Amino acid sequence: MNNNNGANKSFIDRLKEIAAGFGLARSIILIFLVFLVVLALFLKLPMDQILSSVLARFGMNGILVLAMIPTIQSGTGPNFGLPLGISCGLIAAVLSIELDMRGFEAFLFAVGLGAVLGGVSGYLYGLLLNKVKGQEMTVGTYFGFSTVSLMCIFWFLAPFKSPEMIWPYGGNGLRVTIALQDRFDKVLDNFLSFSVLGVKVPTGLLLFFGLFCLLVWLFMRSKTGVALSTVGANPRFAESCGLSVDRYRIIGSVVSQALAAIGIVVYAQTFGFIQLYMAPLFMAFFAVASILIGGATLKRATIWNAIIGCFLFQSILVVSMPVANVIVADNLAEVVRIIISNGIILYALTRREIGGDVR
Amino acid sequence: MKGNTQKSFEPVWFLKKNAVPVFFLILCIIGGYYSGLSLPFLLNEIITRIGRNSILVISLIIPILAGMGLNFGIVLGAMAGQFAYIATTNWQMSGLNGLLVTLVLSIPMAILFGWLTGLLFNRAKGKEMITGIILGFFANGVYQLICLYFMGNLIPIRVKSMLLSTGIGLRNTIDIKSMHYALDNLWKIKIKIPGFIFPIAIPVVTLLLIAAVCLLIRFIVKTKLGQEFRAVGQDRHIAEVAGIQVDKVRGLAVIFSTVLAAIGQVVFLQNLGNINTYGSHVQVGTFAVAAILIGGASVRKATIGQALLGTLLFHTLFIVSPLAGKNLIGDAMIGEYFRVFVTYGVIGVALALHAWQSLQEKKRAFNAT
Repeated sequence: MNNNNGANKSFIDRLKEIAAGFGLARSIILIFLVFLVVLALFLKLPMDQILSSVLARFGMNGILVLAMIPTIQSGTGPNFGLPLGISCGLIAAVLSIELDMRGFEAFLFAVGLGAVLGGVSGYLYGLLLNKVKGQEMTVGTYFGFSTVSLMCIFWFLAPFKSPEMIWPYGGNGLRVTIALQDRFDKVLDNFLSFSVLGVKVPTGLLLFFGLFCLLVWLFMRSKTGVALSTVGANPRFAESCGLSVDRYRIIGSVVSQALAAIGIVVYAQTFGFIQLYMAPLFMAFFAVASILIGGATLKRATIWNAIIGCFLFQSILVVSMPVANVIVADNLAEVVRIIISNGIILYALTRREIGGDVR
Repeated sequence: MKGNTQKSFEPVWFLKKNAVPVFFLILCIIGGYYSGLSLPFLLNEIITRIGRNSILVISLIIPILAGMGLNFGIVLGAMAGQFAYIATTNWQMSGLNGLLVTLVLSIPMAILFGWLTGLLFNRAKGKEMITGIILGFFANGVYQLICLYFMGNLIPIRVKSMLLSTGIGLRNTIDIKSMHYALDNLWKIKIKIPGFIFPIAIPVVTLLLIAAVCLLIRFIVKTKLGQEFRAVGQDRHIAEVAGIQVDKVRGLAVIFSTVLAAIGQVVFLQNLGNINTYGSHVQVGTFAVAAILIGGASVRKATIGQALLGTLLFHTLFIVSPLAGKNLIGDAMIGEYFRVFVTYGVIGVALALHAWQSLQEKKRAFNAT
């Protein structure tokens, strides 16, 4: 009896240890996910379809989450100004249709032009962030919101001519959603894709995401990347080493917004539609929540945080939808998404960060 | 500094100091001209909207004094008001009695929500604003969970017409016709203007309530508690050394704000006559913040006058911008998008300016030592 009790204790202690290393929030999310998966199995939901959709959504949102890393590492916090980069990506995607491009050509054009536009906007955004040190998140949030509403006016007045994008029977401006069916819909998803046990693996999409993970990883390991992380971890120290704090914060913002622009093109590619007007309004929050779920803090983030976080967050969304549909019907999944994503951001905001970088 | 000591009126200094409200006043005048609305109609609308929104905007003042910035968390106060309405509608109350019960019921809920918000803000010092924004979204999720899945299920609802056809979850709109204008119509002065059909109606009791709230704020600021709010707002650490319980004072500031927001939302909805169950509260924080900023307040400083002026200007813009957009460019949506842009843009610019100024101050202090 005594022995048993002792074993129990050590087991609980070990669990606590694991939980402490893994992060409380991440463990709760993981337990919730396991619970959902068990429920899905119990309800005999088609697991192959669910898994296919998890893989697709994981690759689809991945680069948007990666965009959080440069800004967090350079000390400007999660990039709540993401809609700025997203808008640049949308402009590039819309232009590719206006110029009547198709397939990979259109996709690569959108990615390339988006990255350039995103980089430029990131430079300007970085200048702003340097003026508002300490309040980047609040300013970024409302800057992102204003960008979205300003872009609404742009979509409304922009002189695009392509019949696929304007309203068929008159009316001003671009459509709210633009179908990509004959353009670059799923060009990555279908590239080298294969099926295992009914699970469709979007090889091209995952490879593309993997490529960008590698690029960001290399960037963070490069001299610029290390300097950028130093600036974020300890600005005073960085300054005394002769690093220009402002310059590296701008570089972080440039890389982040360029990634955001690429991210939205990939997102639209898998989704099959370009969503304009108010659609990008809350995208930043889901990307922020994803990387925080992956174990990042407001000051430290790694590639693995982004990958794990994106996978966990998207899995919960995908699995909760059919489960919620069977049990209570309706859009409970949407409510769950709002509660989880904002709850995790609140948790990160109120967390007392342990002095400096632990690693 | 020089301008402060001089008593005579200096137009340049006045313009510089009040650049934001003056700019929006000009915008409102231009918009009003192009909207083509008749002045009495416009005046009527403006009075209605001031009665409707003032208390929500005023509720932001005390947290600003206490150095917590703009309290985006007033969304929770608005929710308290709506929960109270749901309860009284469920009890089939009506008229002034119903409204008073709603008011009384919303206050303890607002105190609870405000207390929780305060706890959260005290854990996120220096990040209160972004915490408030995210808290608003989070609370909205919980609110939807309660209203969509618990009402009619865990929480019994007697009035079946409030529920969706499945019997679980509230409908998108809740009719509170029985309490419509319960406060506004208590005593309404109508002023006839020769040559126009509609008289200008002034909801005296509502305006009196707003005046009472203003006086309450002035009174609080003058008391010892008000001194403590300002001491904490100026410097947390010095206040702590001076023996003020900083966390408690900050918590109280948030509770005050949340309770006022709840009262504000109750007044707002009695004027509207129905509740958009999943939408009425969402933008409360953003709109109130934009209004007080347009009135010339900053993240550090706000007065009752700025709150009232801001409400006037912001909501005038609300009325005229769709029509002006339609008349100028040929589509009402442009005006609407423009208004949304102004709402967000004003907040963004004001916050950026504040952060920039405080950074400059810090640099100056650093260089001085």
